[in-house]
Amino acid sequence: MKLFGHKLTASAAFGLTVVGIFILVSLFTPWLAPYSESANVGGTWDESSAKMLFGADQIGRDMLTRMMYGSRMTIGVALAITTLSFFIGILTGLVSAVMGGWVDVFFTRLVDVMLSIPSLIFALIILGVFGSSIPVLILTIAVLDSTRVFRLARALGMNLTVMEYVEAARLRGEGLWWVITREILPNAWAPLVSEFGLRFCFNFLFIAGLSFLGLGIQPPYADLGGMVRENAAAINFGMMAPIYPATAIALLTVSVNLVVDWMLSIDARPSGAQAEL
Amino acid sequence: MAKLIVNRLLLGILTLFAVSVLIFVCTQILPGDVASAVLGQGATPEALIVFRRELGLDIPAHIRYWNWLVGALHGDLGVALTNKRVIIDDLLPRLRNTLFLAGYAALIAIPLSVGLGVVAAINEGKWSDRLANVLTLIAISLPEFFIAYLLIIFFSVNVQWFPSLAMVSNGMGFGERVYQATLPALTLTLLVAAHMLRMTRSSVLSVMSTPYIEMAFLKGAPRRRVIVRHALPNAAAPIITVIALNMAYLVVGVVVIEAVFVYPGLGQYMVDAVSKRDVPVIQACGLTFATVFVMLNTLADILVILVNPRLRHQR
Repeated sequence: MKLFGHKLTASAAFGLTVVGIFILVSLFTPWLAPYSESANVGGTWDESSAKMLFGADQIGRDMLTRMMYGSRMTIGVALAITTLSFFIGILTGLVSAVMGGWVDVFFTRLVDVMLSIPSLIFALIILGVFGSSIPVLILTIAVLDSTRVFRLARALGMNLTVMEYVEAARLRGEGLWWVITREILPNAWAPLVSEFGLRFCFNFLFIAGLSFLGLGIQPPYADLGGMVRENAAAINFGMMAPIYPATAIALLTVSVNLVVDWMLSIDARPSGAQAEL
Repeated sequence: MAKLIVNRLLLGILTLFAVSVLIFVCTQILPGDVASAVLGQGATPEALIVFRRELGLDIPAHIRYWNWLVGALHGDLGVALTNKRVIIDDLLPRLRNTLFLAGYAALIAIPLSVGLGVVAAINEGKWSDRLANVLTLIAISLPEFFIAYLLIIFFSVNVQWFPSLAMVSNGMGFGERVYQATLPALTLTLLVAAHMLRMTRSSVLSVMSTPYIEMAFLKGAPRRRVIVRHALPNAAAPIITVIALNMAYLVVGVVVIEAVFVYPGLGQYMVDAVSKRDVPVIQACGLTFATVFVMLNTLADILVILVNPRLRHQR
């Protein structure tokens, strides 16, 4: 089967299907969910029944509904983070590459220092001081993640700045903005798109992890990581309650990774250390 | 070569310095008024004055930073805001616990992943390699707590071999400590081993296309010998880098694992401090984690210089 002119492997097809289902469910949750987000329809950790497909969570809400709203929230936040981080990262990276000079040195050193602190620790520090509201979360993680995007965008920009058509544009008198958006950016799309997929996965796991620690998206908003945290005690009784949201997280990240892997293999790069980095 | 190493060490120390400044700026200067940011709703005028005096916020910022840094270098990290305990007394045993857990995981993960990576490279293209590829791709996509809960369900609830809560205390003997820490260590191992396995395999395979390897094959050497004796030493540099990076990642991944298994380590200490908005503890923990991270990265760079003779001289 061919998609966009490239051959589709079995794993990529699986990945695309799962991602598609998640996107559809997240977009149309208010119409698809069996109950409302916070309705109590059963006892604590009820077993799965015809009324509640995955049983109930720790205060009797329908697990399936919570999972649908949770995916919507977590995917939405992760998408916002990745978009913002790409915006910041690409802007600073390309400006750095094209302008060079002290601007380049300043940003590179700043990013180097930021990369010397592990992201989770840095995020914890900022959240500890500013609290865990959703705008703070999105802004913090986006700024942290933009460092990696900066590196990639700068590397791509450096490669493209020395091309003849960029030099020609400069000689014509085109300004910085024109050079970036019309000469360099269109030629740098491909690696950036696959990087978007990978960073989305990472941010999705990051926000789920933070919520799992209790420091991410706060209740009463449904969120997959938070749901794992709330239902965690059930595991000690052998009940599967926290496994459902955790499986949802795992399923989505694996699927996105499979799709991105397929997209990277289209480039037909030889297997090697380059492909892994 | 010694000059390169000294250079790298100095760069590491400089980075540490810059990192401490960054942490201090983020916790003390960025919020504007730290007092009202942390106190939030409880920020009555009296509370604000007391809080400011406690944190010494009336002293100018650079003097505060200097005092904090000098204190930290002497081992005095201040007093926790929430329970008035001396921070270093709580931090050191937890740091020991965390390093024990990370070391335990590393001890299992490194030989396992490098060995399996080499085996996968030897068997490239066959079904065993393809299976390893898919399995490791899945493993690096799974969130840490998912793997942790799977292991708990299997090992603690079903076969009841290991405890699901890792109770490690100060006076415990070594064997008991190892037993309690096994499940968390296993979870961490699975996390980093998959990544290191893929990297080892990639690195070895990328070396395979060089002329001297082709010569070894033309000489008639068996594939296994070519890989182990000729390709592996040259593939060592990226592998070592990835190992050191994953060790650094371990120190961070530990945070979530400690939360799942309620293991009394540095990660849990920091998470508690963040939920209680205890700024001095957050600063101290952040500094400690960053120091370990920078040290491991510096070690990785130095090892790469040592392993690859081509890098030993200034270009």
